[in-house]
Amino acid sequence: MNILTVLLFIPLVTVLSILFVRNDRAIKWMAFGGSSVQLLFSIWLTGHYMSLRSAGETAPMLFQSSVAWFEPLNIYFRTGIDGISLSMILLTALVVVAGVLVSWKIEKQVKEFFFLILLLSTGAYGFFITTDLFALFFFLELAVIPKYLLIGVWGSGKKDYSAMKLALMLMFGSALVFLGITALYFLGGHTWNILEIANLHLPIEVQRVAYVLLFTGFGVFTAMFPFHTWAPDGHSSAPTAASMFLAGISMKLGGYGALRVASWLLPDAAHELSWIFIILASIAIIYGAFATLMQTDLKYMNAYSSVSHCGFVVLGISMLTKAAILGAIMQMVSHGVMTALFFAAIGMIYDRAHTRQAKELGGMLKQTPFIGTAFIIAGLCSLGLPGFSGFVSEMTIFIGSWERIGAGYRIATVLAAASIVVTAVYILRAIGFAIWGTITNKEYLGLKDASWNERLAVVMLVAGIVLIGFAPFLLTRLVGADVDIIFASLVK
Amino acid sequence: MNVELSLLILLFLPLVSFLFLSLNGKRLSPALAGMIGIASLSVVTVLSLITAYGYFFEYGSVADVYQKLEPIKYEWLRFNENLSIDLGVLLDPISVVMLVVISFISTMVHIYSWNYMHGEERFQMYYAYLSLFTFSMLGLVVAVNMFQMYIFWELVGVSSFLLIGFYYTKQSAIAAAKKAFIVTRFADLGFLVGILLMSNGAQTLDFGVLIERLSVPSSPFTIAMSTGATFMGMSALAWGLILVFIGGAGKSAMFPLHIWLPDAMEGPTPVSALIHAATMVVAGVFLVARLFPIFAISAPDALEVVAYVGAFTALFAAVIATTQTDIKRVLAYSTISQIAYMMFSLGVAGWGEGHNEGYTASIFHLFTHAFFKALLFLGAGAVIHAVHSNEMADMGGLRKKLPITHYTFLIACLAIAGVPFFSGFYSKEAILSAAFHDNKLIYGVALFTSGLTAFYMFRLYFRIFWYKEAKADHGHGHDNHESHTWAMNIPLILLAIAAFGAGYIPFGHFVSADRSQVELPFHLELAIPPVAVGLIGILIAYMFFVKENVKALNVQQSFGAFYKWAYNKFYIDEIYLFVTKKVLFNLVGRPAAWFDRTIVNGMINGSASITAFSSESIKKIQSGNVQTYALYFLGGVLVVTSLLIYYFQ
Repeated sequence: MNILTVLLFIPLVTVLSILFVRNDRAIKWMAFGGSSVQLLFSIWLTGHYMSLRSAGETAPMLFQSSVAWFEPLNIYFRTGIDGISLSMILLTALVVVAGVLVSWKIEKQVKEFFFLILLLSTGAYGFFITTDLFALFFFLELAVIPKYLLIGVWGSGKKDYSAMKLALMLMFGSALVFLGITALYFLGGHTWNILEIANLHLPIEVQRVAYVLLFTGFGVFTAMFPFHTWAPDGHSSAPTAASMFLAGISMKLGGYGALRVASWLLPDAAHELSWIFIILASIAIIYGAFATLMQTDLKYMNAYSSVSHCGFVVLGISMLTKAAILGAIMQMVSHGVMTALFFAAIGMIYDRAHTRQAKELGGMLKQTPFIGTAFIIAGLCSLGLPGFSGFVSEMTIFIGSWERIGAGYRIATVLAAASIVVTAVYILRAIGFAIWGTITNKEYLGLKDASWNERLAVVMLVAGIVLIGFAPFLLTRLVGADVDIIFASLVK
Repeated sequence: MNVELSLLILLFLPLVSFLFLSLNGKRLSPALAGMIGIASLSVVTVLSLITAYGYFFEYGSVADVYQKLEPIKYEWLRFNENLSIDLGVLLDPISVVMLVVISFISTMVHIYSWNYMHGEERFQMYYAYLSLFTFSMLGLVVAVNMFQMYIFWELVGVSSFLLIGFYYTKQSAIAAAKKAFIVTRFADLGFLVGILLMSNGAQTLDFGVLIERLSVPSSPFTIAMSTGATFMGMSALAWGLILVFIGGAGKSAMFPLHIWLPDAMEGPTPVSALIHAATMVVAGVFLVARLFPIFAISAPDALEVVAYVGAFTALFAAVIATTQTDIKRVLAYSTISQIAYMMFSLGVAGWGEGHNEGYTASIFHLFTHAFFKALLFLGAGAVIHAVHSNEMADMGGLRKKLPITHYTFLIACLAIAGVPFFSGFYSKEAILSAAFHDNKLIYGVALFTSGLTAFYMFRLYFRIFWYKEAKADHGHGHDNHESHTWAMNIPLILLAIAAFGAGYIPFGHFVSADRSQVELPFHLELAIPPVAVGLIGILIAYMFFVKENVKALNVQQSFGAFYKWAYNKFYIDEIYLFVTKKVLFNLVGRPAAWFDRTIVNGMINGSASITAFSSESIKKIQSGNVQTYALYFLGGVLVVTSLLIYYFQ
């Protein structure tokens, strides 16, 4: 058995065994256990991968395998990973454990809840390990459906509307992706294998069509302007763990796809047409930041801020320089962990105070110092403070974008850089209103600080952003060679 | 001890102390937390002094020229073939001087806070933040790489933010902390774009290589950057430097980015002494000094911008300082004005012998100012401690109640006013003589400003320690004796000694633009005007507030509208408020949010409605009626056939 299938095996076994357990507590512990094993396994796998690499493995993907799925159409379940997919797998594993931990208080339909979040994670793992476009699409879909249910059943506010909107828009995105990959299959080499397609020199006409379809389709997942509107509603209606997955993992499916499939496989079209997405990304960054400024609901705030931050991912990918692509990957990991922390902290506040309106809160640092501090750390990471992951990834993108010569690209970079000022404004406003200040509402005086599971989740996520913030070279070492490969195909 | 190890300890001890104090928090007793902070800072000070001694007298100079040493340098993050962030320690005269200043003042503030902050609820966190600040500031000055500086630059900003907002339940403190961070962030955007521009032009982020490549007129990098495209008449290189200078102007509170500093006085007073007077706010000066060879050799036009911004700010802030009544705000504007002195002093300096006096003078003034300004703030803190108010109206005649504070404050006032034999006299004389030789307009402004400085400082001094006593009817009552202890007195006395004696250091032997050892010239004929102007300023203050021959109020009235304008800080804050609230929030933010909710979202919802509507309309087609289907089928076949015929004809 291929070692990568373990990544699917662990969550699937957990999911299935949850079905046979009746005790809610046991289900929670099983979910926690399964996701922790997965995290440990991913860490081990990363170590293993690095040792193989340093032993001189130079293949673009390691641990390759292939199992026929539907031979008449050449559909295989092919696996293979490189550093980029590993960084995404680590991110997913970390966010899932944290998500399980903050969902400890779920009481409604516990079994179904944990079943769905683990199923969702299975989709994400499958997406990151496969090198077959059809399987990729399959897993992308698998990661969409559970979200609809998670929001619709366990959500809050106008959850039906949000769930429907999110599902429809993401379906629209995956429809574009599907059109794109079928175009690649039929107009290309009648293969779904990414590694084979990467070596084909597709005619530019085919590339153009497929690039626009695929990039836009994956763009919907990263909440690219103007297809971002599912994000604010979806995030704010979703239960905490689902928000964490949505922003922490799902939006990364899009970024990963845009890089791995759209840019890598279609380099000529990328050179010709990336300006479209640079413009959209610049708009998303600065306009998302200004829209965030006006939000009063903390979840809406973080959702809009995710639109702005994920704009950096799209910008980095579209700039097509080595540093920018590297920065985009770092930003994906960084934003994934940071936004999960942010949503976790907001969720903890909401669980206690039953409001997410920044102006109704206040004095949280005094009453619940741990949660307040978690919020402040997430905020400081979001506004790009050195020492946290947001800084290194944004700076790498700026350096990379500046390398692309041309006045238009420079303007896009300066616009993106200008957003860091606006980010500071909305983050500090939120901290000023909700976390600092005096307790305005007497009911808040009895609020309890974080429980052990919440503390553990926060500590893990903070460790993630601090690790990247202090030792970004760990991440760049993991993905550096793969960025070189992608870059080489882009300049050839 | 070997240099590398001692530098590592010097840098990381404050970080360790920060982590330890912040992670343990309330579990430590306040006394222990304070002791840890003070002890680690004392070690840092000793190590900085050892480093300074070693650098200046043992290993630093080769043939009487101080070398740029990089004893520690690690690659931290590589962007591409040429650009990477390296973290390390760069020792050169200015960074070594800064090490001494920062660690010494920080230790004084640590000791002073022991008493001043006694009984505060978050005493442990206070010391943790102080350590964080010290770590960041030390990392900033020893930066080997532009990005290393930027990293610590931001960390310094956040420590300042946390300390200004230390009393985070107070609305005014929250507002001030946000303002400080956001205004400097805005300036940092300039710094960042400047870094991008310059690093792209020079293909390096390393300070040493950058300066080498851009300060030699014949180097291809300099030629490419200074002859290529121009924007508003200035080359890419000049713009890069100006953008970097904007970052410096933000931290150093140059007009028009000064607005955050007076508000930053919301933080505890010892913090104002450390961060907002002696160390962090001179980071901008340090930045310009760091890049000085590029400014002076390759882009004198950018240096001219520095000079004029500095000169204007010096005068502007001094005028405001004469009108303020909150003693900390007077000191804040005085700080802005004094930093502006350092700034234009760099601006009037040039390259080559005989022109670079301004460079030495600027760092000299930075050095002396750190001592007397920290002393002024700590003295003000003692006063505030005694009368529980920042307002001059609540003070007066305190010289008997606070004898130690009184004498040390007087020494600081004499130093800042430039009275002979006190440290400020020597550094200010050097600045003025540099200005005199380069730019008479700036010289005139500086001379007039030094008169104003003497006036407002002695207005402050007489108003606090002489004048008539305030009626104690504001509810707090005065403490009758100097209630503070050794922990507050020792720093006051040590700083007073430094504020008096720092001027006797032959500074030119240590710091000069080309790192050689020079003798700062002393021109008696140039020393007389500032002293005379200063004494006149002191005399006027004396007549106003001690003799009361002239009622200050009458003079105020004779200035009328101008006084009111200056008292309200020339309404700069109101202009900012207008731009941010009215323009950015209401004209950009609100429309963006509205556009998003209504137009973009509307389109998405609209397309859903259209889908719903069209499916509603076409569902009639799916009638289940076989005959109808057959009809459609027939129609379809006909259409396809005719298309095929047409196509293959």
